[in-house]
Amino acid sequence: MRRYLLRGTAVVYLVVVLLGPLSMVFWRTFENGAGDAWAALTTPETIHAFKVTLIIAAIAVPINTAFGIVCALAIVRRRFPGKGLVNALVDLPLALSPVVVGLSLFLLYGQDGWFGGWLERHNVQVLFALPAMVLVTIFVSLPFVAREVVPTLREIGDDQEQAAQTLGASGWQTFWRITLPSIRWAVVYGVVLTTARCLGEYGAVAIVSGRIEGQTETATLRVEERYENFDLAGAYAISLVLATLAVLVLIGMTVIKPREETL
Amino acid sequence: MSIHARNISKRFGDFVALDDVSVEVETGSLTALLGPSGSGKSTLLRIIAGLEFADQGEVLISGEDATAVRVQDRNVGFVFQHYAAFKHMTVRDNVAFGLKVRKRPKAEIRERVDELLKLVQLEAFGHRYPAQLSGGQRQRMALARALAPKPEVLLLDEPFGALDARVRAELRDWLRRLHEEVHVTTIFVTHDQAEAMDVASQIVVMNQGRVEQVGDPTRLYDEPATEFVMQFVGEANRLGDRWVRPHDLDLSQDPAEGGVEAQIERITRYGFDARVELVAADGDTLLVQLTRERLDELELERGQIVWVVPQHERAFAETV
Repeated sequence: MRRYLLRGTAVVYLVVVLLGPLSMVFWRTFENGAGDAWAALTTPETIHAFKVTLIIAAIAVPINTAFGIVCALAIVRRRFPGKGLVNALVDLPLALSPVVVGLSLFLLYGQDGWFGGWLERHNVQVLFALPAMVLVTIFVSLPFVAREVVPTLREIGDDQEQAAQTLGASGWQTFWRITLPSIRWAVVYGVVLTTARCLGEYGAVAIVSGRIEGQTETATLRVEERYENFDLAGAYAISLVLATLAVLVLIGMTVIKPREETL
Repeated sequence: MSIHARNISKRFGDFVALDDVSVEVETGSLTALLGPSGSGKSTLLRIIAGLEFADQGEVLISGEDATAVRVQDRNVGFVFQHYAAFKHMTVRDNVAFGLKVRKRPKAEIRERVDELLKLVQLEAFGHRYPAQLSGGQRQRMALARALAPKPEVLLLDEPFGALDARVRAELRDWLRRLHEEVHVTTIFVTHDQAEAMDVASQIVVMNQGRVEQVGDPTRLYDEPATEFVMQFVGEANRLGDRWVRPHDLDLSQDPAEGGVEAQIERITRYGFDARVELVAADGDTLLVQLTRERLDELELERGQIVWVVPQHERAFAETV
């Protein structure tokens, strides 16, 4: 009896909080037929917004993957002063509101900011352009790879790496042939989460992008813009694409997870 | 290739792991570093391998100073207690690793791997993954992997420590035979005196970061240099300030000269011999080893008071 109560609670909660709203989006999108949804998705501005989102993700994800792996290796395998601080700082983006991140970028790159004046004199546009949007996205999606890789590195220990070295492998060879293959599923898992975060980021990007339609508008910003302009069909259609991407990511993760466990 | 560790000291924080240790190992020999945990034996082995660096002292391999040489360039084979198998590689790829990173020609690698798999009797397991092997098989794979690049020195850190008793004995035998075939200078670390005596031609007994004695198994047993060696290599009884082996003690029903009065606690009969545990008047426990014949002759029983008579005893100037 108690078992059913527990399961029931979990299912009801998920339906109310997650599945309900999602299926509403789905239903609303196709309320007036697929044609309307398709038309809303294929306007030049919307296509451009998706393009911007993908470009940002394509830059931020590889950078954060490399950083996350290096950072995890430093935290687990090296001893250095300030290691505890690095470990804590990696988690900062999880605790900090993206809006604050966006605002802090203004303080650095705005006209009166530390770098702002110098950059303007050299004709480099950071704010209200792609560079700032990439920067904030990197910031908010920074912890995921490191957080996935750290426990895996701890678990596998350094026996295999030491063995590789006694067999003559250089540090680089040891990394590519031993360490990376051992942590690959953790890296993949981290990359999936990072990608999801990059695609979904709203607050920080909203502040630094200037939200210029057809230029610095990402998919999430586009949803908001369509909604404000009473184009509900458009907003729902874009939302649906984003939700579908999230579901694909979820499916990807469940496919990966069991394989990792049997390893 | 000979190995010479000279005046090695190593500390981990406040803990002195090695205190001015010198050990010499001849070319082609099979040496055991024997000692209790914390004696510094593994640290010494890791320093010889280059996995750890000494605070003071130097390591000579074949007469050449290797103290500052990186582990990759020392050309040592190392076998870890927990195998350190490359889990994502097949047995073949594990064994081939040292050759692949050295960029040897493919044909040569194939030939050498075949040869080694045969040597460690894993020919049929080349395409398996380490997870599909037993502990003993994994350790044999690790040995083949360590031997593949033809190291000058083979170092084994408690190689049989994680295996069950039967596999251990099997692998011990096997390591000894392998050494006869391959003749690579070998050092292995163990805390098990029986294992050291069974396998090694030379034993270095270590305790608290120092070398207590170096010698062949017979010599360590017959002529222990210190009380520690007396106790650690084989069993020993303390009689006042003297030490005596259990088989160097006899029992007597009547008071005997030089004898110690004691009460029998327990009698255990094995195949050929029997062990009698006693408690002396001063509370010390004594262990006496008798032949079955002698035991029957004496007609002993539990609780009886007897005299323990040493036949052959020794005293050590330095007390531990």
